Amino acid sequence: MALVEELQVIAPSKLAVEHVSKEFRTGRGGVKALDDISMNIGEGEFVCLVGPSGCGKSTLLSIIAGLEQPDSGQVLADGKRITEPGRDRMVMFQEPALFPWLDVTGNVMFGLKLKPNLSNAERREVARFYINLVGLERFSHSNIHELSGGMKQRVALARALAPNPRVLLMDEPFAALDALTREQLYGDIQEIWEARKKTIIFVTHNVREAACLGNRVVLFSPHPGRIRDEFKINLSRPRDINSVELAEYSTEITRALKGYVTTEVGE
Amino acid sequence: MNRGLVLLRRTVTSVVFFAALVYGWHAYVEHTTQNSILLPDPSAVWDYLVSAVKDGTLMQASTVTMRRLLIGYGISIVLGIPLGLLTARFKVCADTIGVLALGLQTLPSVCWVPLTLLWFGQTEYAMLFVVIMGSLWSMVIATDNGVRNVPPIFSRAARTMGSKPVHTLVFVMLPASLPFIVSGMKQGWAFAWRSLMAAEIYVTILTGFGLGQLLQNGRDLTAMDQVIGIMIVIIVIGLLADKILFSPWERFLHHRWGTGRA
Repeated sequence: MALVEELQVIAPSKLAVEHVSKEFRTGRGGVKALDDISMNIGEGEFVCLVGPSGCGKSTLLSIIAGLEQPDSGQVLADGKRITEPGRDRMVMFQEPALFPWLDVTGNVMFGLKLKPNLSNAERREVARFYINLVGLERFSHSNIHELSGGMKQRVALARALAPNPRVLLMDEPFAALDALTREQLYGDIQEIWEARKKTIIFVTHNVREAACLGNRVVLFSPHPGRIRDEFKINLSRPRDINSVELAEYSTEITRALKGYVTTEVGE
Repeated sequence: MNRGLVLLRRTVTSVVFFAALVYGWHAYVEHTTQNSILLPDPSAVWDYLVSAVKDGTLMQASTVTMRRLLIGYGISIVLGIPLGLLTARFKVCADTIGVLALGLQTLPSVCWVPLTLLWFGQTEYAMLFVVIMGSLWSMVIATDNGVRNVPPIFSRAARTMGSKPVHTLVFVMLPASLPFIVSGMKQGWAFAWRSLMAAEIYVTILTGFGLGQLLQNGRDLTAMDQVIGIMIVIIVIGLLADKILFSPWERFLHHRWGTGRA
């Protein structure tokens, strides 16, 4: 049955970023957002990209999503070059970007409607499954304006998960939420990552958040955007953002971050 | 307080207000020595309306007018929304159709009447043309405005879910501009209604005798009860149109978007 197939846990993707550069033209000449970036991301890895604003981490995410094209270099998903957006790579933005003319179920079904070979009843079932997964079963017919910020991001998460992508790209999705809501979502996203086996790339400027979520934290520096450092986070899951071990990691990462930010200013 | 009671209270308030208005009018006519031909008593207007309903002239004239209005307005919506989408998406369209729309919107559409009569003669097409010229441009401008105000993140999000440009335009940009489009439809309706009345008063169209012509006819016969009666009918149709045509949309917007008042 198509429905069972649709809800199956599928293999996550492996991504290869190869010599990607991207420049933006502004009034005063070009700004190098990304300068010869290369990195590999394994199947099912949870990678956090951290850096101050202007370091190109969001641009890299857009390129992986296929929303923007690099000036040079390429990104491969399972060996295939990325040229346009695809349902195998879904994106969560800082704003929930939910459609106000649809209710919660309608929003989650939006991407599913673009997926052929599914009946409407099956799409509804799939949507229900993911709405339950993010814990919003009681709100499946609510209007978007009736939800809190955290609930909106949960809907956005359900919407991103619904087409069953291999990769989840998250662009500071929790930045606008209050601390308590954020902590709940850290727990949820780790659970969902383990249950649904996705490759996740998570962009943030919050070091602690990165250390809490990622298997690996990649540090970016701005002007031009480059990779400066990498940290493996060897902590068992689920991780608590307030734990002492995590604090040690985040102190270490913050020190590194400060190090090159100050040398930058000194130069 | 429960909702039924609130509704009752609001209805009573309205009824009392209008009763007072009619009574004030009546009292004024009673206590002045003014010629009752110029300002007839409310009862005379009522008598005219009753007789016009009985002999069928009112129904016939309303039907003629409403048919012109609805067809013309419908054509404006069907043409205006796609044109607005085009002007919002393509610079070429914005610099051509967009500028034209902006210019023609400022032209009161009764100005088209002399030219229209030469082009179409005294036919229904002349009336339709005037109605369309009255409402089309505000539809184009409202849709254009609506699409331009859609947050860019909506189309980015849609693209990641596999939405292609035409799909995005129809299933994201169009519904996202709905608040603007509905207010454009309201404005378009008001313009269409005004221009049709002006045109009907201005020229007699042989193919149908509308409300405006009935009003003009009343003036010619110095039958002010008829003139005022028709004015009231025009007001009532306007109110009903607002409730029937636009209230459902506004309720939907209020329900989904959580903005405005139903």
